[in-house]
Parts: sequence; structure tokens; C-alpha cells
Amino acid sequence: MALITCSKLSIGYEREIICSDLNFTVEQGDYLCIVGENGSGKTTLMRTLLNLRKPMAGEIITGDGLKPNEIGYLPQQSQVQKDFPASVEEIVLSGCLGRKGRKPFYSAVDRKTVDRNLERLGISALRKKCFRELSGGQQQRVLLARALSATEKVLLLDEPVTGLDTEAALSMYSLIEKFNKENGLTVIMISHDLEASLKYATHILNIGEKIFFGTKDEYLAWTRGESAEEAGVGAEAPAEDAGTPAEAGAEPPAEAEVQHE
Amino acid sequence: MSDMFTTLAYYFSFPFVRYAVIVGLLIALCASLLGITLVLRRFSFIGDGLSHVAFGAIAVGAVMGLSNNMILTLPVTIICAVLLLRTGQNTKIKGDAAIAMLSVGALAIGYLLMNVFSTGPNVSGDVCSTLFGSTSILTLTSSEVWLCFILSLIVVVCFVLFYNKLFAITFDEDFAKATGTNASLFNLIIAVLIAVIIVLAMNLVGSLLISALVIFPALSAMRIYKSFRAVTIFSAVISVICAFLGIIISILAGTPVGPTIVAADIAAFLACSAIGRIAGKY
Repeated sequence: MALITCSKLSIGYEREIICSDLNFTVEQGDYLCIVGENGSGKTTLMRTLLNLRKPMAGEIITGDGLKPNEIGYLPQQSQVQKDFPASVEEIVLSGCLGRKGRKPFYSAVDRKTVDRNLERLGISALRKKCFRELSGGQQQRVLLARALSATEKVLLLDEPVTGLDTEAALSMYSLIEKFNKENGLTVIMISHDLEASLKYATHILNIGEKIFFGTKDEYLAWTRGESAEEAGVGAEAPAEDAGTPAEAGAEPPAEAEVQHE
Repeated sequence: MSDMFTTLAYYFSFPFVRYAVIVGLLIALCASLLGITLVLRRFSFIGDGLSHVAFGAIAVGAVMGLSNNMILTLPVTIICAVLLLRTGQNTKIKGDAAIAMLSVGALAIGYLLMNVFSTGPNVSGDVCSTLFGSTSILTLTSSEVWLCFILSLIVVVCFVLFYNKLFAITFDEDFAKATGTNASLFNLIIAVLIAVIIVLAMNLVGSLLISALVIFPALSAMRIYKSFRAVTIFSAVISVICAFLGIIISILAGTPVGPTIVAADIAAFLACSAIGRIAGKY
């Protein structure tokens, strides 16, 4: 069974559906990029996956022993955090909180987890530093360390490189890639950056007017078909096939059908 | 100098003065603890709004001839606190507008009721002491002092137990929720604790000045310290010191208690800003 299976999922808020009939699966070790135009519901989809919002229809099934709260999250930076008095250590520790249940205080195990994650992200030296005085890249690393303290299974990232300079963005991408390849961390990332998505992702989910889910190669084939269709050249049949993958007999829908059973 | 101590010793020989000091310090401590969360979540004005609601409730209580106002004030304030903190999330009327609406509404209705159904000969005096808490802290009975003591103890214990969760929710509510912390439950607890503190603090500084007790210590501490723990501890310390100084000065100089404490808080804030600025430069 896949880690996360979404079947006939509709997302939106206040009775308004933004995006409907999403079918996709995420397997252990996948690197899924969610792309789409502004307002197509990428962030809403992420919030739905995180249980912050109820699906409007359809369902999200977690499998392989993944509990709903074992999904780590790297948010877009919010305004509140910018003047927040908090040390790096305090923030990374707060990642451990979710699995503590009713226990009020952190244990030695939690502190070890934090040590390890600070070490892995190369920010041990910043431990006592104030979060708001760090550079954008450092802040993202701290938040990544917090997410890893919460879970080592699935990580959701909402535009992780927004506002970072090229160098910081590259090192962020390669860090995420490292955790994906070496530690088997499943990555789901919202991205504006199509180029990077295509470089790192194994699967792509395109939402908006046209919905597509498949591996990277299938996505490339699909976009070629789309642009061919727009340009009015190329065979009609394959473009149609790719345009409605949910009904078509291509590989991803077959996968989705298996999940339905 | 020795005069001062004689005066103080004389005042402290009265049990009600000692009660007032103890209760005052406890209230200042509780108010400062929750202040940090409120300031950081952009809810600085919630204390103000709630205290006006409490004022309205007191007016209703006075009209109904209740001898112990707390019976009515506490539940009403708690309900309003829960409603207000909930509006922050998703409603038609935004948080700040809701607070402003409730706050002035309760104030107006409260004064209207007190005026129309006046029970005492000196309405404006009554209103003034409710708003600015001029003498009420010195007229506490020992049962009220115990109630204050127990309630503040509960607030402090809750704060310590929920400290880590409070931090997580304040820093990033979405993350806390997504990783399995029951954020709505803790928001509810925060709302109830705030309401309790407001009602307690009415005795000390009156309903118009409560916000000062809640926000000044947190803001002062945030000028100097940069970790949540340090800010928490320092704001508690500075709040207790200011309350103590304020009470002592008000006894010695015969000034009203509430405004004197707030003046001490303002002075502390200015001092902390200066220290923060100097420390920031080097």
C-alpha cells in the first residue's frame, strides 16, 4: 500500500471547491512536486494533506503504518515569526512536541533527536542564536530541522526556497535531495520553480484547470502534448489521452485504479 | 528615610495591606506570563476588550444587587474570551474589529446600566474606581484573597505544564496542529486563563489599565532577550518588581495603586528599550 493515497479528492474552502477529482498516490521514497498556477489550490491541497482542512469530497488514505500526524511540514514563512523571540534550539525542540501526547516536558531522547538534526543540517553552531537574526537560508534550515524532529517519514514543503538567493536555494534543494536519497524521506513539495522540480522530482502533480499526475517523464510527454495541442499541430488523440489522464489508459491512472480496489 | 520605613511598617501591620501586596504580586505574575503569547499572536488588545466586558458584567451585577461580583463576572468574561480567540481564526468580522466592538459596547452598556439603576449615592465615584481600581484592592476580604491566591496558582501551574505547547502553538500554530498537537484545546485553555487573569486584575488596576499589566512586561523583556524562555522569565520578574514598587510608592505617596503600577511598568519598558538599543550596538 502507498504511504498516501488521495482518491477523488476535492479541495477548497467555505463551500467553494477550488480543485476537484484529484487522484494520486505517494509511495515511500517518492519525491513529488506539486506545480500549478497561482490560485490553483496548491497550498490548500497541502493544508488538506496536513489535516488542517477537511477535504470537500473524496478521501486521503494513509498507509504503510503512517499516522496522520507523522507528516512533517516546512511552511512558507509567516509574518509572526519575524519578530518572535525564540532560540534555534527552542524551535527545533518544538518539533518533538507532537508525539509527546500529554507529557508536558521534553525528555533526553528529544534532546538527542534535536542534537542529531542540528548536526545533520550543519547548524549546531546556531543552537543558542535568535531565530529572527538568522539569514533566510539559515531560518529554512532551522525549520527543516524542526520538521525532521517531528517525523522522518514524510515531509511537506511549501515553496521552500521563496525569498532565498540562488546559492541558498541550491543548497536547500541539495539538502532535501540528500534526505530523500539517503534516508528514504518521502518528499512532497509545492514549487513555482519548474526547472528545479523537473531536476529533482520523481513524480509531478499538476493542478489547476488541467490535472495531471505521473512520473517526471510522463509529465514531460504530457506537457509536450499540451503545447502541441495549443499550437494546433500534432496528433489529436495522444494529446487528448494525456489531457485527461484520469480516464485514459496511461500508466498513472492504472496505478490509481489499483488503489481503488 | 527612616520615616518611610516607619510608614511602611505601620501600613504593613494591617492584614489587608499585606493581602493587597500578595494578591497584587500574584496578579502581576500571572498577567505577565500570558502576556507574551498575546503580544506575539497580535492579541494585545484582547485584555482591554475583555476587561471592558468584565466592567459591563460588574455593572449588571451591581444592578442585580449581587454581593460577590466574581460569580457573574468570571463566567461572562470566560465566554467572551473563548468567542474572541475563536474569531481570530475564521469569521466574517476580523479579530481586532470584534474586540473593539465588544469592548466599547460593554463599556457603554455597563455605564448606562450603572447610571440608570444607580444603587449608591456616588455613581461616578463607583465607576471611576471600577475603571481605575483606585481602592478596591485594599478592601478585599480574606475569602477573596484566598480565591485570588488559588486562581493565580492554577494559572501558574497551567502555564508551567503547558509551556512547551504554548510555545509551539504561538510560534507556528499550523505546524503544531499538523504534527498532532490539539491546538484548539490549548487555544481554549489560553482563553480561559486570560479571562481569569483579567477578572483578578480588575481588583488591582481597574478595568481600563489591565492591558498594561499584560503587555508591558512582555514588551520590555522582548527588547532585551531573544529566546522565549528568557523572555518569559524576565517578564515575570520585571512584572512582579514593578507591581511591588508600584504598590509601595502608592502607599507612601498616597497615589492610586493601578496607575502607579502602570507608571512603573512604563518606566521599566523605557529602561529596557534603552538597554536593548545599547546592547544591540555592541
